[in-house]
Amino acid sequence: MDFKLSAQQEMARTLFRDFAEKEVKPLAQEIDEEERFPTETLEKFRKYKFMGIPYSKEWGGAGCDTLTYEICLEELSKVCATTATMLSAHTSLGTWPILKYGTPEQKEKYVRKLCTGEYLGAFALTEPNAGTDSSAQQTKAVLDGDHYVLNGNKIFITNSGYADTYVIFAMTNKSLGNHGISAFIVEKNFPGFSVGKEEKKMGIRGSSTCELIFENCIVPKENLLGQEGKGFSIAMATLDNGRIGIAAQALGIAEGALDETIKYVKQRKQFGRPLAKFQNTQFEIADMVTKTKAAQLLMYRAAIAEDEKPRYSEEAAMAKLYCASTAMDVTTRCLQLHGGYGYTREYPIERMMRDAKITEIYEGTSEVQKMVISKYAFK
Amino acid sequence: MNIVVCIKQVPNTNEVKIDPKTGTLIREGVPSIINPDDKAGLEAALRLKDSQGAHVTVLTMGPPQAETALREALAMGADEAVLVTDRAFGGADTWATAHTIAAAVEKLPYDLIITGRQAIDGDTAQVGPQIAENLNIPNISYAEEIKVEGEYVTVKRQFEDRYHILKAKMPCLITALSELNTPRYMTPGGIVDAYQKEIKKITRADLDVADGDIGLKGSPTRVVKTFTKSPKAAGTLVSNLNSQEAADYILEKLKEKFII
Amino acid sequence: MNIQDYKGIYVFIQQVDGKVAGVSHELLGKARELAQKMETKVTAVLLGYQVSGLCGDLASYGADKIVLVDNKDLEIYSTRPYAYAVCKVIEHFKPAVLLYGATAIGRDLAPRVAAKIRTGLTADCTKLDVADDGTKNLLMTRPAFGGNIMATIICPDYRPQMATVRPGVMQKIKPVEDASAPVDNFAVEIPESMKDVQILGVVKKESHKIDIQDAKILVSGGRGMGCAENFKMLEDCANALGGTVSSSRACVDAGWVEKDIQVGQTGKTVRPDLYLACGISGAIQHLAGMEESNLIIAINKDETAPIFDVADWGVVGDVTKIIPLFTEGVKKAIAERNK
Repeated sequence: MDFKLSAQQEMARTLFRDFAEKEVKPLAQEIDEEERFPTETLEKFRKYKFMGIPYSKEWGGAGCDTLTYEICLEELSKVCATTATMLSAHTSLGTWPILKYGTPEQKEKYVRKLCTGEYLGAFALTEPNAGTDSSAQQTKAVLDGDHYVLNGNKIFITNSGYADTYVIFAMTNKSLGNHGISAFIVEKNFPGFSVGKEEKKMGIRGSSTCELIFENCIVPKENLLGQEGKGFSIAMATLDNGRIGIAAQALGIAEGALDETIKYVKQRKQFGRPLAKFQNTQFEIADMVTKTKAAQLLMYRAAIAEDEKPRYSEEAAMAKLYCASTAMDVTTRCLQLHGGYGYTREYPIERMMRDAKITEIYEGTSEVQKMVISKYAFK
Repeated sequence: MNIVVCIKQVPNTNEVKIDPKTGTLIREGVPSIINPDDKAGLEAALRLKDSQGAHVTVLTMGPPQAETALREALAMGADEAVLVTDRAFGGADTWATAHTIAAAVEKLPYDLIITGRQAIDGDTAQVGPQIAENLNIPNISYAEEIKVEGEYVTVKRQFEDRYHILKAKMPCLITALSELNTPRYMTPGGIVDAYQKEIKKITRADLDVADGDIGLKGSPTRVVKTFTKSPKAAGTLVSNLNSQEAADYILEKLKEKFII
Repeated sequence: MNIQDYKGIYVFIQQVDGKVAGVSHELLGKARELAQKMETKVTAVLLGYQVSGLCGDLASYGADKIVLVDNKDLEIYSTRPYAYAVCKVIEHFKPAVLLYGATAIGRDLAPRVAAKIRTGLTADCTKLDVADDGTKNLLMTRPAFGGNIMATIICPDYRPQMATVRPGVMQKIKPVEDASAPVDNFAVEIPESMKDVQILGVVKKESHKIDIQDAKILVSGGRGMGCAENFKMLEDCANALGGTVSSSRACVDAGWVEKDIQVGQTGKTVRPDLYLACGISGAIQHLAGMEESNLIIAINKDETAPIFDVADWGVVGDVTKIIPLFTEGVKKAIAERNK
């Protein structure tokens, strides 16, 4: 067992940290307040080739391992969780399933452009009546000669409006339940496809979250991803992969909150001495640092498992569950250590607390993770 | 065009702190970085490569760990990396360092050599011009802009109150200021490639230099004493001065600190 | 090399446009002091074209003798012709010590000379002294590691012992009126091969606004400045010091100054050599952005202001009265130095 990153991974971390500090952090407060999608950061991701970090050079990716990619999300989230959401939805959800299940033609047409950043990707599974119960898909796809016709709505779709391609799930055969769901690659310009209203969110407010509307949307037959009826398993596998990214994001939020708080308690004086000199502060910090480090080990383990094992649902679920609850707990306690100042927007801690909450919800709520984990425990 | 960029791995002096109890330098945990002026020099070389094509070789003299700085340079886009390393080179001052690096550079094809103006750990600004003297080529220090046209390089050279626009025929050595540009980031894929490349090593045996001209033995200067400045004393607060006295008081303090 | 053959303290005189740099005067002053300890003389080495008129000035600042290399090729500073001429002076006169200002010229010229002559060079010295162990070696002290440590360096076996010295560190002597010194007109022919860099143009710098994060000196104003108009006095002060104006958040919120000069939690983090806090109380969010500054001087009416906790020197008083007087003092001191 080896608890050390390789020199190459360390160098990548240095890069991500440097990039996050200089390019992402200065915008974090602004995009949160203005609820603005950071297109300038997307441009930088394209320029510095961050759009396909864990994918092979053959397809225009960077050729890094999964852990390196998760470290990127971790470092970005330390300063701005919104920015990490944009990249992880693109990479883990928007690109991964096409690379994994796509035909050579689909990969040539989409993956290369997604990895080089020419395209921004997205993923759409959730519907108004299909949240945690994602098998209850109401969007329908009917084959009509050389194309499918899609009708229905998707909600809460990250990167919507800015994405060029969407991996969409729809019922092709309702009588088969889960096994009647199929996956499609939908381009933003396909007839009958439109982006609906944008959600007003509590946190990650710079990320774009909209409804997608399909009104007799024409999707060419060759854009069916995988076989008909395999959509649900594609969705679940994609989420296993994506969950590690959310774990990385949650971990980063907790680490970022701790960085800010450790700095703050050393400066802030009450009763004539810095907060850091009070035992309550020391114990709180000790507890939070330990928890966060444990979360990091779980996340790293899951990332390594993804590269080494065919199935890693359990590792991914544990990482997401624990990192998300750690992020929520740590940001809440860090805000408390900030006192009144922490409640103001002058300090980033309240933003971090708002951002942390989503990690317990999206890409499978914490309860869903517990369902997955208990399934393995009782096996 | 062949460009050799000389870089140095330095401790990030912004993070170097003095132990308030012992008064010594705390080096532990201080990250090593590519010296900022050198990184600007590398960026200048990479821009020349982007705009008109060039083969960029980065070279550093240092211990084996300096390899990390070379890999970072490769990950930014340098084509080749050379590590000049040997115990025999240890303890060199600027004279012996420049002499050794010049001997190593002579083993490489070069039209343009770019070094940083100075390293943040030593701040001497000597090695660049001294390499040029050893190679018997012109040098232009303190470059804020670099243009290459044919066999000539044109440089905006900074002075305190003015610039000179200078033109020299290559081969030529230029020392770069960090104001020259904002260095690019590495790319994740560049890091992967950087770790697949081989770093060329040059050791004592590879160089045609005299023993008396390298390392500690070849260094004309000797450090006889190092000491830390007295640690920051608790601040002084004066409250009984009139405005003129207060102004004079501050003036005196600035004179003491050589600020004016 | 027989180091006993090398005698005298020489100072490279930096002149640009026929004007001697202040640091050269300072070095002459220091050289006098060292010469007494070494029991030797001070020689000024003056390079340029049609600059013999400066010799009297050099004598009055302490030169016992002047070596003048007057040559058309030395009219505008250029590295190799200057280095060539200085090497010729060294070879001929064999100085024990040769000092340069640590300027954009001195720091380019001296290393090139040191490499050619094969001798040591210590950069950016802040202190020079003579060893009392009988060797009379020059003790050269300089900061390293970003000023975190000081090192004393000698050059025992090679001559001349060379150092560049930071401007403003040494004291010039009070100029002696009507002083004169013998001038040795030393002719140096600059070979064509040394004229390898062509000067296409000389452009004077216009003073431009610099980013507060790059500024070495910050004059920073807070609520205690009272109104936007009073920032003018901070501008004057910053100009006199060669620094830049920054501010606390209160002044940005009040609309007195632009956001891009705000220091602190929601502004920029700065680490200048000098942070002069004017009427800044020092809220924790402000301190977060500046407490790593090398030297902090604070002026505030309220003696309990938290800014005084981080200040090296604090002055309790009315900043709007003190600053104009201080600015005058700075201007005077600088005029004195450049005289």
